[in-house]
Amino acid sequence: MAKANKISSMVESIDRVDGNMIIRLKGDVTLQRSPELRGQLAKLLDEKPDRLVIDLSRVNYMDSSGVATLVEALQRARKTKTPLPLLSMTSRVKSVFEIARLDTIFSIVDSEAEALKT
Amino acid sequence: MSEQKAKTRQVSRRVKFLILADPSALGPVRAAVEKLAEEIGFSEADGGGIALAHDEALANVIKHGYGGSCAKPIEILMQEIHEANEQKGIEVVIRDQGRQVDPEVIQGRDLDDVRPGGLGTHIIRHIMDEVHYEKASKGGMRLRMRKYLSKKK
Repeated sequence: MAKANKISSMVESIDRVDGNMIIRLKGDVTLQRSPELRGQLAKLLDEKPDRLVIDLSRVNYMDSSGVATLVEALQRARKTKTPLPLLSMTSRVKSVFEIARLDTIFSIVDSEAEALKT
Repeated sequence: MSEQKAKTRQVSRRVKFLILADPSALGPVRAAVEKLAEEIGFSEADGGGIALAHDEALANVIKHGYGGSCAKPIEILMQEIHEANEQKGIEVVIRDQGRQVDPEVIQGRDLDDVRPGGLGTHIIRHIMDEVHYEKASKGGMRLRMRKYLSKKK
């Protein structure tokens, strides 16, 4: 697995696994920080990976701007048929997706192995 | 012998913030509302929900009331409430000096239309038991939202 250097305070790492990418986020994904995430996801999708996994296991909190950023990324990914699974949400983050009824729109998985098969 | 009635005094927790309309200010205030909710007796999950609703309301003020980050004020009052029927809960009042709109038009959007944005109002109404928008008399808007420890809806 090839690791990239730390990109920002919100991105812990970006790992490349056989043509796939895993972006590992941490902390809070909020109105203040979601523009940074938007740019980062757009850049990674432009590289046209086989799939882009978004690891949310270390994300403590996400508001609707964070959710909107992921929806935007999903719409972008669908244009190139790039799977965009969300990995290991905390219950707090998952509840926001459930309220917004996006838990059935995204592919939400609990393990990296599952994410790399989705 | 006259009976002396014991007097009980209910002390209600109350916290007031004055912030500028910038996303960087949301984190500390969110932490305070979550802490207050916990002290009132809400579960961790409910406290997190109240904090989220509060955050969404502030984000709406910044984005829609003020049209973006700026050095304009937002007042937040959060307090413990005790109703006459012994219902206990939390009230958050957010007052801004931004654009006034008819409260009737502040509705969540259709969630079947999957697209970025427009979720804040839906989240607020889903989480809180009472949500009331009004035009403030001296300009701007006032949002009053309440959540009770036992569901009142």
